[in-house]
Amino acid sequence: MNDDQLFDAPGPRARRRIRIATAASLLVLAGLLALALRQFAAHGQLAAAQWQMFTQWAIIRFLLDGVGQTLLVTAVAAGLALPLGALIALVRLSRSRWARALARGYVELFRAVPLLLLLYIFLFGLPRAGLTFPVFWQLVIPIVLGNAAALSEIFRAGVLALDRGQSEAAYSLGMTYWQAMTWVVIPQAVRRLVPTLVSQLVRLLKDSTLGYVVSYLELLHKAQVLGEYYHSVLPTYLVAAACFVLINTALSALATWLERRRCT
Amino acid sequence: MPTGVLDQLGRGLLLTVEMTALAFAGALVLGVLLAVCRISPVPPLRLAGAAYVTAFRNIPLLVLLVLFVFGLPEVGLLYPLFATVALTMALYWAAFVCEVVRSGVRTVPRGQIEAARALGLTFTQCLRHVVIPQSLRSMVQPLGNVFIGLTLGTSLAAAVGVPELTGQAQLVTLKYDNPLTSFALTTVVYVAITLTSGVIAGRIERKVAIKR
Repeated sequence: MNDDQLFDAPGPRARRRIRIATAASLLVLAGLLALALRQFAAHGQLAAAQWQMFTQWAIIRFLLDGVGQTLLVTAVAAGLALPLGALIALVRLSRSRWARALARGYVELFRAVPLLLLLYIFLFGLPRAGLTFPVFWQLVIPIVLGNAAALSEIFRAGVLALDRGQSEAAYSLGMTYWQAMTWVVIPQAVRRLVPTLVSQLVRLLKDSTLGYVVSYLELLHKAQVLGEYYHSVLPTYLVAAACFVLINTALSALATWLERRRCT
Repeated sequence: MPTGVLDQLGRGLLLTVEMTALAFAGALVLGVLLAVCRISPVPPLRLAGAAYVTAFRNIPLLVLLVLFVFGLPEVGLLYPLFATVALTMALYWAAFVCEVVRSGVRTVPRGQIEAARALGLTFTQCLRHVVIPQSLRSMVQPLGNVFIGLTLGTSLAAAVGVPELTGQAQLVTLKYDNPLTSFALTTVVYVAITLTSGVIAGRIERKVAIKR
């Protein structure tokens, strides 16, 4: 579905108006772009020297290594958060009231705590109690804890959204609660959840930039090191931002593809 | 617990609240404008809106923050730190508000708009009496989620040097060497903010819901 529903097919007068608006908005957009370029040029940020470094293989490799680290953090964190989130969702859907309350408490707590605060606790709080993790885990554990809560909500919503007739049919076939869950409910719910899960994965990847705070050399921290070393902070951060856009749109495209494949 | 702790955390909380309010107001205005661009019949505006949303939704907030705080001074755009951070947050969350508004408009069934047009309502009348009242209802809960995300997201300002609640919690920890109390207190405050926002959003949603 697209966003055309507010309008009829335009008539001649409306078409003329749209043409005028198109020209006007093109002018405004071009003006904004020109203003930005002028601001960049006035401070020498368009000089070739500022950007030339990105053609050197050593620097490209340095940044690619950062991309690799970002992906590694994402993969490890997702690999831990997905099962943990599924487990919490199952506990929240279980029949024991105490287990449900416990899982609910976990979700409410970790959805409400900012990731950075969690990170600071691991960075400054726990070492006081004699618990010091390696830098990689200081970054990954808070991400896992926070995202597991969000993922469990996604899983729970998916299970609850499934038509009740499915589990009722499973019970009437003589399946127990867990059999129905394992063989009927969960496989269907997960398949429906793929797009939502991927957008949560994008969020998780964005969380990995907190490596900047714990000095873990992922893409953002590497960009910082590089930019400060070569005195080209702005170009380096812009390149890093472009990398993130590329990676995340690729992930979203993957989700769309998976979804389309499921539909056919 | 030294009184300085509460004092400092209180100042941090004030900064968090200010930043949240400013950024949310800015994001609402800009997000609605972006949504208008994206559903307008003017191709360049639609394209620009889509490009904006794609860029700002996919760049991590922390990258945007360091880009604006440390990068913009390089092109001569140096503003007070607090203003820069609040502006960055508004720009970032505007992309999400735009998507909320757009999908809210989509929830209005096509037949409603066609019926309005068949009754002879003009475009503005159709928006004013048919589309906006219906779509606002479905936007309450998602906007509440954006608000909560924004509130929690303001903590990232601590990473670029704004002493808001999370930043103060860390400073207090370093100063008074009492990680447990300061972090616990801060956590409680965040949980309280999130829970109340959720409850308020739920209330508003129930209040504006169509009763059948």
